[in-house]
Parts: sequence; structure tokens; C-alpha cells
Amino acid sequence: MSNSQLTPGVVPGRLTTEVYAVNFSDVAPPLDDHEARVAADRCYFCYDAPCVTACPTSIDIPLFIRQISTGTPDAAAKTIFHQNILGGICARVCPTENLCEGSCVRETAEGKPVQIGALQRYATDHLMDEGEHPFRRGEATGKRIAVVGAGPAGLSAAHRLAAKGHEVTLFDAREKAGGLNEYGIATYKAVDGFAGREVDWLLGIGGISVETGKALGRDLSLDKLRADYDAVFLGLGLQGVNALRAPGEDRGEVHDAVDFIRELRQSRDLSALPIGRDIVVIGGGMTAVDAAVQARHLGAQNVTIVYRRGQERMSASAHEQEHATSSGVRIICNAMPIAVHGNGTVREVEFAHTRDGANGLEETGERFRLAADQLFRAIGQTLHGHPEGLTLSGGKIAVDATGRTSLSGVWAGGDCATGGDDLTVTAVAEGRDAAEDIHTQLMGA
Amino acid sequence: MADLRSNFIGIKSPNPFWLASAPPTDKEVNVRRAFQAGWGGVVWKTLGLEGPPVVNVNGPRYGVVYGADRRVLGINNIELITDRPLEVNLREIKSVKRDYPDRALIISLMVPCDEPSWISILRAIEDTEADGVELNFGCPHGMAERGMGAAVGQVPEYIEMVTRWVKQHSRMPCIVKLTPNITDVKKPAEAALRGGADAVSLINTVNSITSVDLDLFAPQPTIDGKGSHGGYCGPAVKPIALNMVAEIARNPATANLPISGIGGVTTWRDAAEFMALGAGNVQVCTAAMTYGFKVVQEMITGLHDYLDSHEMEMSDLIRRAVPNVTDWQHLNLNYTTKAVINQDDCIKCGRCYAACEDTSHQAINIEPGRVFKVNEAECVACNLCVDVCPVENCITMRELEVGEMDLRTGRPVQPYSNWTEHPNNPMARAAE
Repeated sequence: MSNSQLTPGVVPGRLTTEVYAVNFSDVAPPLDDHEARVAADRCYFCYDAPCVTACPTSIDIPLFIRQISTGTPDAAAKTIFHQNILGGICARVCPTENLCEGSCVRETAEGKPVQIGALQRYATDHLMDEGEHPFRRGEATGKRIAVVGAGPAGLSAAHRLAAKGHEVTLFDAREKAGGLNEYGIATYKAVDGFAGREVDWLLGIGGISVETGKALGRDLSLDKLRADYDAVFLGLGLQGVNALRAPGEDRGEVHDAVDFIRELRQSRDLSALPIGRDIVVIGGGMTAVDAAVQARHLGAQNVTIVYRRGQERMSASAHEQEHATSSGVRIICNAMPIAVHGNGTVREVEFAHTRDGANGLEETGERFRLAADQLFRAIGQTLHGHPEGLTLSGGKIAVDATGRTSLSGVWAGGDCATGGDDLTVTAVAEGRDAAEDIHTQLMGA
Repeated sequence: MADLRSNFIGIKSPNPFWLASAPPTDKEVNVRRAFQAGWGGVVWKTLGLEGPPVVNVNGPRYGVVYGADRRVLGINNIELITDRPLEVNLREIKSVKRDYPDRALIISLMVPCDEPSWISILRAIEDTEADGVELNFGCPHGMAERGMGAAVGQVPEYIEMVTRWVKQHSRMPCIVKLTPNITDVKKPAEAALRGGADAVSLINTVNSITSVDLDLFAPQPTIDGKGSHGGYCGPAVKPIALNMVAEIARNPATANLPISGIGGVTTWRDAAEFMALGAGNVQVCTAAMTYGFKVVQEMITGLHDYLDSHEMEMSDLIRRAVPNVTDWQHLNLNYTTKAVINQDDCIKCGRCYAACEDTSHQAINIEPGRVFKVNEAECVACNLCVDVCPVENCITMRELEVGEMDLRTGRPVQPYSNWTEHPNNPMARAAE
């Protein structure tokens, strides 16, 4: 028996093997040498370049592009990695149109920025393909540091600390390191196991031991870590998922989008993954888009993203939104879920149209229903299961500009901490900067 | 409608675009295709003596300088004159000319520097019906070591001598092709005139090494691990060629000597520039070798439209810029301009700032929000900001009127005055 896109219910194998392969292949194939040189030639090598200012990790973008244009991509990659050791994944997942490319003077001039993201990928791929690690460890300091959470913030912190000569133990609750990069982004953004390869490559600096399957609060306690190590960095990410707060959300086939994405990312056989014919994704961020597009790519016939505010408020970038719509995903804005209907399992989701009123979002009085075999929640994540004793602010671990928490000897960064946007690149910057501060404090410099 | 028909030293062609003596004009099949594509004339690739033809290398002949997208900016070559038998070339020339009587067909010649050799080759070409000859005194490689090409072009006395032989032993119009590998191009041009040349053509190729292979450590093109200097041509040499054409055109001794302009003519605009500086027509090679013969169609329509839009005939264009070429000492030292940045067009790249701050006069300020503004009190009007700004016409130079205060000098702008009368010029004082 075989299923098609028309098969009702939640079933696997809606598409042929070939179509799965195409649907989950590299969404933005790498530039070849000539393309890279031509793309690099568009860079004006701006003075105090706006793209650098716009990059949370402050990569010297004009310099690395110039290095590409002169045929020295490895030098370009070192320029990138010096500021952002996860420059490879950031080249793939950064919302560049909101960051570097959005501020490119070519965007002002012609509406077509220099392809900074693609060029960054060209350079970093080139160096990583050579397999050698570009940095050496500093002289051993004898200091031991615990980094909890092997996502972008933790990896970045661990690498910088190891580079300074410290001994780092990197803990993660899951079975693989990588965090969001390994579990939380769409497959087609990091094909060929890139997230795992990048972690292995990053660890090539040495001095970092990785202990997976160790969760804070379950296998580890902050007090013990503080006692056993000279410093602790928390890069916990966000584990909790917001609820819809709509009746019926406990029905079957109502899932968190992050769980769906994680399962998909870890799947070895996409044709075995069951997917509904009619999918509703609620939310307006990158997770919503990743879930919706991948649902389409798994063969769902109708996929709709519903966002409660206007389209301009969606946190998914315009590029992401366009990727969704060009993948056949419908985006409905200004609508909020009212109820999840169905007999045991979701069948329909009821929405109310909304508008911005005097007291915030209010219903217009108009309602509609969408058929749904599956409903994915992508309405934000929260800090969950954080250790006692840390001061929180706005539901996140409060940190100062250098990542210090309210507990001495404890730093935090990335999504779990207060700070910049919840972006991989921001987490990398925060992990890096906290590592620098830890080093400064431990060495008494 | 402007008339593009050309009459260059009595040689008529339907347009002023000739293919220069080079690989594209080395044989009948190419020349026929060129004429079909619309070229007004060709200078058939240089013929040599009877007997065994010259031998070319069997490895690469060209070295290339590229832009980022592999746009060809300049080519050099180590090719010699034609390596096909003289009689084959002559038969083909006659055949082509018979079928294209309205096109110009010039024969480029190069033989040893003795009178019998020149008499012999002139006799050999006599019945081809070709329209004229061009004496190749320019090739910088291969033949020069044998006492021909640039070896002749670098000695005005030889130019004069050979030109005189050619005029004496043939009735054909004679163009002398000059080499740029010389200090003062006016001297060989004057020599050609003295020898009786009807015109000069220039430039031939410039001695060059385009690049070094950093793995082989040899110049390119590389022949079995070695390289040699070649002759440089293409868009990159145009500035050199324009200057040399202008030098001859404004030299009183050669002001009436017709010039065929050569050197990086790639578009109609290049051709118009050569003509404005004194060329009666132009010869093209690298553009054709890069893009094919069809480029002549753009040159024809472009020159047509330009002349029409300026209500000029070709004769109005030729030499029109020559009076405006002068020596430095005659430039108006009181002409004062200041850079002006159009904030609406500025894309805030800061190139003007980097260039001015690091390398010039610190005359551009950054204000909050990456607003770049000119500080007129420091601006010497060097124009570098205009040159490096990626946005056309975003930065312009404003001319200060006579009497207007120059904030840099603190004095009002004065009327015309040049170096010959400047108080700092000791010669000017001596003349008082």
C-alpha cells in the first residue's frame, strides 16, 4: 500500500523517495569558486562597515570578503572564526537580511546586498573541509570550567575557554551536543549532518571533554558544579514551550513544533515519518516556518501558519516568510486560536480574527475554522527547570553585559539569559564574551 | 543622419572601424566573416619575406589580465607575424578584395631593413588590388631581435629610411605603425612624415609581463617553464594610446599627419575619444578577439547615435578635443573646486572618508548616522573622493566663481593665471 498527499489522517510515505531527497536537500547550495569571487567583488570594503556593526559577533566582514576575492578563503575563514567559532552554522541559519545583509550599502544602493551569508559559508566550508583546526590552545592554566548546555552559547564559551588554556567540561542533557543546531532547525538548512560535524571540528581545539545525557537538576546540581569547578557557564537554552491556552489543546495530534522538528532532524528515514494531510502551525517565528515548510516537504497537502498579529510583527524574517509561501505554505495573520475541535484527536482549529485595539489585541468578532489532522504550537519557548538561587528577569536568567549572573562564579548566555535576540549568532557572541570575562576574572588580569 | 563613411588618406570604407593587423586578419575565412559582420576595413596580418614562413610557438600565445568576473582587461601575446606562406596570403587577399571592393584592405608588411627586401615584398603585393600598406614598426617581441618591428620603430632614422623606400617603390598609400615602447612618440611620427608617410597608426603593443604563475614561477604565457615579454593590448592600454595619439595630433610638426587610432578600442565611445584626440579612423583587435566580430555593430550604432544627438558629422568630431590638450604650465592655477556629497544619493559606504582621511587631506567628516560631509577648509579638490565613490555623480566638484572665498586659502578666487606667470616660478621672475 502507498499513501499520497490526499490520504486522510496522519500517515507516513506520502511522497516518493526521490521527492523526499529533493525536498530536504540543501536549501541554499554553496557558491562555487567563480560565483564566490564574483559575489565578493561586489563588496565595497566600507569604512567602519555597517555590516560589521549589524553582526552580533562583529565579524570583520569586509576583510574576509576581500580575502575571498584574492583567492585566500582559508584566511577569510580564520577572520570569521576568530569572532565566531560557529561561523559555519551561522552562515546557514542567520537571518542575514535582518543583520549584515540588511545593513549592506548595496542594499541601500540597489536593493541587492552582497551575499555575505553565502560568502561566509564558502569560506568556512573551505577551511572546515581541510579538517584542520585553525586555532591552538594557550598555555595550560590549571583552571577547570563547567559549561552546561552544548548549544551555540555553550560551544562558543567552551571553545574560547579552551583556547585560553583552561580545562573545560561540557555537559548536555541530550545525547548529542549541538543544541538548537542539532535539534531545532530545519533539515534543509544544515544538510549532511553539518551540526554534528561542526561540533566535532570545534572540539578539535582540545581541552574540552563532553558529557552528554547529563541534565542540570537531574544529574547535576549547580552547587556541586560551583564547588567542583573554578567557574560555571550556563547555556541552557529554553526547554519549556508556551501553551495555546485554548480549550481542546490536550487532544491528540496537538504537538510542540520543536518536538516535531527534533524528531524530524533525528530521523534516518523521512518516508517513515507520519504527517497529516491538513496541518495548522500556530506562531510567527522561525520555528513556525521550519515546522510548516518541513510538514509540506513531508507531503502534507495543506499547511497553514496562523499568527495572531499583523505580518510585519512576525519574527520570522521576510526571507523566511517567502520561503514558506514559495513552499506552498499559507500564512494567515491577525487570527488567534479559540478552540481545538475533534473527537479525541484534532479535526479542526477554530480561530478568531484579531485587530490591534486600545487595550492590545482584540477580537473582531469574526471566526473561522481550519481543518487539521495535526496542530503544531510554535508560540515561543520559556526557561524551564533552571537552578535555584539565580535571579531572573523577564523569565530569563539575569546577566550583566559580560554574562555574570547574580551568583558569583556563575555566568550565563544564549537564549536562557537576558540579553539580545534569541538567535544562534547572539548566543555565540554571548558565550564568547562570557568566556573572555571568565578568563579575565580567573587569571586576575 | 550622421554619415559614417570614411575616407582615410584616400582609402574609402563604409565606416571608420577597421580590424587591426593581428590574428583576426590572418586569413581569408576570418576576413570574409569580418566583412560580413560589417567591418569597414581590415589591415591584413603582417606579411614577411618569401620562402619559409616564420615559426610561432606551439604553446600558449596569450597572457591575460582579468577583472573579477573574468572580464578581459588586457591581453599580451608572443605571436609573430603571419606563419602562413606569402603566396597563400597574397592569393587570399586578392580574392577577398575582389568580392568586397567597397571595404578597405590594407596589407601590413615587415621585412629586414634593406632596400631589396622592401622592393621585393612591394612587388609581390602589387597585383592584389589592396588599398594600401601599413609598415609594421611596432612588434616588440620575436621579430625585434631580428632587427625588425620595434627595433626599427625605436630608431627614427630607420623609420624615415624605410618609409622613403616604400614611397619610392610603390604608389600605394603608406601608413607607418608606431611602437609605444619609446620615450617620445613625436620623434618617430616626425620621422615617418619626413620619409613621406601618408599616415601613422598607433599604438602597437606595449612591452609587458601580464602575470607570473606563482606555482611555476614563470611569466604567463608559459612555454615549457619559461616566459618572455609580450605585447600588451586591450582596454588596459587605451590611456597610453590616447596620450600618444594626442601628442602627435597637437605637435605642430605632425598636426596634419593623418592618424589611425589603435589601442583598446572596445566600444563606440572609445572610438569617439580617439577621433576627438585626432584619429581619422580606428583599428580594433582585442575587442573582436574577446567578443567576436559582431561588436562592430554596437560601434556603428553607438557612433551614429552620438553624432546625431550632438548634431555633428564625423569630421566635426575628429580632432575636436585636440585644442584642449595642453601642457601643465598652461593650466589655470586659480580654477578652484570643492567636493560636494549629495546626501540623498549617498549609500554611506564611507569610501570617500577612508580615502580622504588615510591618504589625502582629511577633508571629509563623519557626522552621526554615517553622514559624510566635506570640510571645504581642508579640501584641495583632489577629486579622489569622486573617483572612489561607487555611486555615479553622488560626489561632484563645485566650481567656485571668481571672487568667491576659498575657505582653504582664506582668499577669494582670482581670475585665470598659470604657472608661467606664477610668483613662485623663478622663470617667470626672470622674464620680468
